[in-house]
Amino acid sequence: MSERILSVLVEDKPGVLARVALTISRRGFNINSLSVGPTNIEGRSKMTIVTELESVEQVKKQLNKLVNVIKIVELDPDNTIESEVLLMKVSINKETQTSVIEKASLSGAKSVDVGQDYAVFELTGTSKELMKFEKLLKPYGIIEMIRGGRIAIQTKL
Amino acid sequence: MTKEMLTGAELIVRTLEHLKISTVFGLPGGAILPAYDPLYDSPIRHILARHEQGAGHMAEGYAQATGELGVVIATSGPGATNLITSLNNALMDSTPLLAITGQVATEAIGNDAFQEAYTVGLTISATKHNYLITDVKEIPQILLEAKHIATSGRPGPVLVDIPKDILNDKTSWVEPKLEELPGYKPTLEANPRMIQQAVELIKNSKKPILYVGGGIIHSKANQELFELSTKYNIPVVTTLMGRGAFPDGNDLCIGMPGMHGNYTATTSIQNSDLLIALGVRFDDRVTANPKFFAQKAKVIHADIDPAEIGKVREPEVPIVGDAKSVIKGLIETLADTEVDTKDWLKEIKEMKKSYPLSYNQEEKGPLKVPYVLEELQKMSEEDSIVVSGVGQHQMWISLHWKFTYPNTWLNSGGLGTMGYSLPAAIGAKVAFPDKQVLALDGDGCFQMTCQELITASTENIPLKIVVFNNGNHGMVRQWQKIFYDHRFSASELTHHTPDYVALAEAMGAVGLRMVEKSDVNRVFEEMFKVNDRPVLVDCVVDPDDMVFPMVPAGGSNDVVLLNEDDLKKI
Ligand SMILES: Cc1ncc(C[n+]2csc(CCOP(=O)(O)OP(=O)(O)O)c2C)c(N)n1
Ligand SMILES: [Mg+2]
Repeated sequence: MSERILSVLVEDKPGVLARVALTISRRGFNINSLSVGPTNIEGRSKMTIVTELESVEQVKKQLNKLVNVIKIVELDPDNTIESEVLLMKVSINKETQTSVIEKASLSGAKSVDVGQDYAVFELTGTSKELMKFEKLLKPYGIIEMIRGGRIAIQTKL
Repeated sequence: MTKEMLTGAELIVRTLEHLKISTVFGLPGGAILPAYDPLYDSPIRHILARHEQGAGHMAEGYAQATGELGVVIATSGPGATNLITSLNNALMDSTPLLAITGQVATEAIGNDAFQEAYTVGLTISATKHNYLITDVKEIPQILLEAKHIATSGRPGPVLVDIPKDILNDKTSWVEPKLEELPGYKPTLEANPRMIQQAVELIKNSKKPILYVGGGIIHSKANQELFELSTKYNIPVVTTLMGRGAFPDGNDLCIGMPGMHGNYTATTSIQNSDLLIALGVRFDDRVTANPKFFAQKAKVIHADIDPAEIGKVREPEVPIVGDAKSVIKGLIETLADTEVDTKDWLKEIKEMKKSYPLSYNQEEKGPLKVPYVLEELQKMSEEDSIVVSGVGQHQMWISLHWKFTYPNTWLNSGGLGTMGYSLPAAIGAKVAFPDKQVLALDGDGCFQMTCQELITASTENIPLKIVVFNNGNHGMVRQWQKIFYDHRFSASELTHHTPDYVALAEAMGAVGLRMVEKSDVNRVFEEMFKVNDRPVLVDCVVDPDDMVFPMVPAGGSNDVVLLNEDDLKKI
């Protein structure tokens, strides 16, 4: 696989996301996913950037030039755990309700809200698993779907 | 005793003094007005530009001539947006610049207040780094940090945006101390293993060439470069930004390669077996189509910016570090090694002889820029600072002027900003009042920032300006001749409007004019006699002259066009 995952430690300052996003778009890099959130260290956020093998070196170097970017680690694809969250609102009716909920539950999704004509599921997994889930429920009519962006962590110390 | 309380505005001035800033360039306005009040009492000299772009280029010229930080001040909104061209220019040419801009009051930010622009957002991509100050206490620390970032590593522009209310807030003075920046640690010392690998390549090379650029000048490594070249007999090509890093008078100097480089510089890179690239970035104006660039050569690429290495060309030996430390390392490790370049130097010497630069100045014909330049150089001092605009004249100066010292050639290389010359020359002359400063500009370029002539007159900055008046955006005309079938769409300016002599006089300068060969020496003599005011020479030149050699954009450096006849080759 030609994908590479970068784990980017940044200072939690206003505008950091804009700086990173501008650097990426300015250089025309291919980015498959970008997510950002707080870490266990105060004043530090972590970005997970999924990019392609061809651009990874330049992405690393250009991002490293940003003063608010502290450290960039390229995760070892063989020792990385990846996860992403998905929220999906699916349309249901009396006939489909049972099979939709059963299918979702077999996929490991949680039903977080079920109404008369809709159900909301939450699923956490790899991007492949999320895509599989989407395909599975597509025939029933997906009203809305949101994915949170991929995050990843290396398994070894 | 209660501590002295200072306003944010006073803190700016106090910090600039603390940082040993002696001159700033700028233009006031509402949001920055509080800062101008304490500036009035400060020993810091403020040069009032007539446009913020001019102020920015002045600070750049000051920085490029001295190798030190240039400082520019502007107000919010249009003041800040007018600065952007110079910020981006400084970014491209790695010039250390500190820009201080006023911003609308903190509580008005985001409300489309009068003269509000999102300065930090607008300049993220045009600066090395930028800041919005949110507390008066931050001012000294952030200004110190900004100077540190602007001047260290690969230098560049840093902008500090300060809301008006914070300029009026008060706090006590605390001397700023540089703290470690977790995300900013430029690598200065070269890795000895990489130096060793580089030396192995140099030892085994028959046709090495030093391909050097602005990085040598930024790291003040010209003496080390001179030693490396002359001790091991390695010839040197100097890029547009590297002119002056190695003396043109030395036999080992080949001059500028690339799109309008001289034949020998461009071709010797193509024939070389080892490029020792120091402080250069394999710019497209040097490489043409990089697929065909120096195909026979291995590459050692040393730069202080790791992102430049491998960006265009993957080197055999990458070295991250300051040029000075890299060259010192190379010399130490090469020690008594002899690099046998005799045949190679002979090949280059013959090339130089067979393909000299040429021009054709007829006795009664129109003036040619290269002829005028050669005459001017004969009459000017060896360490004159030459400041160019962008276009044909820029290429002719870089080709024909003989540079001896670093920081004596200022031009807008990366961004190619018309209008750079006059204000940058003002900045250089302010830095070095006792040196000859020559703004050698194109007529098109001059018209972009000519109002700064008023700045030069009123601030007593007696520089010399030569406007190469070919009545055209000459470089555009040249491309239209070659690539657009002589269809001169929007490139004509006229020779006579404005009347440059009258314009100069109206702006408080002396105006002179030269039209024919017999005028040249007399007018330059007169020009050099004026030392109490700026002086401008309207130098009327041939509109149809073209810059050669030339390698068309995207072509191969193996095919260098030497004259108009060669255009049939493309
Ligand atoms: C701000 C800006 N606008 C447009 C250009 C495109 N451009 C490059 S050279 C040139 C002509 C410059 O004319 P002049 O100053 O008369 O110089 P000459 O080529 O005639 O010597 C133009 C328009 C530019 N480099 N910068
Ligand atoms: Mg012109």
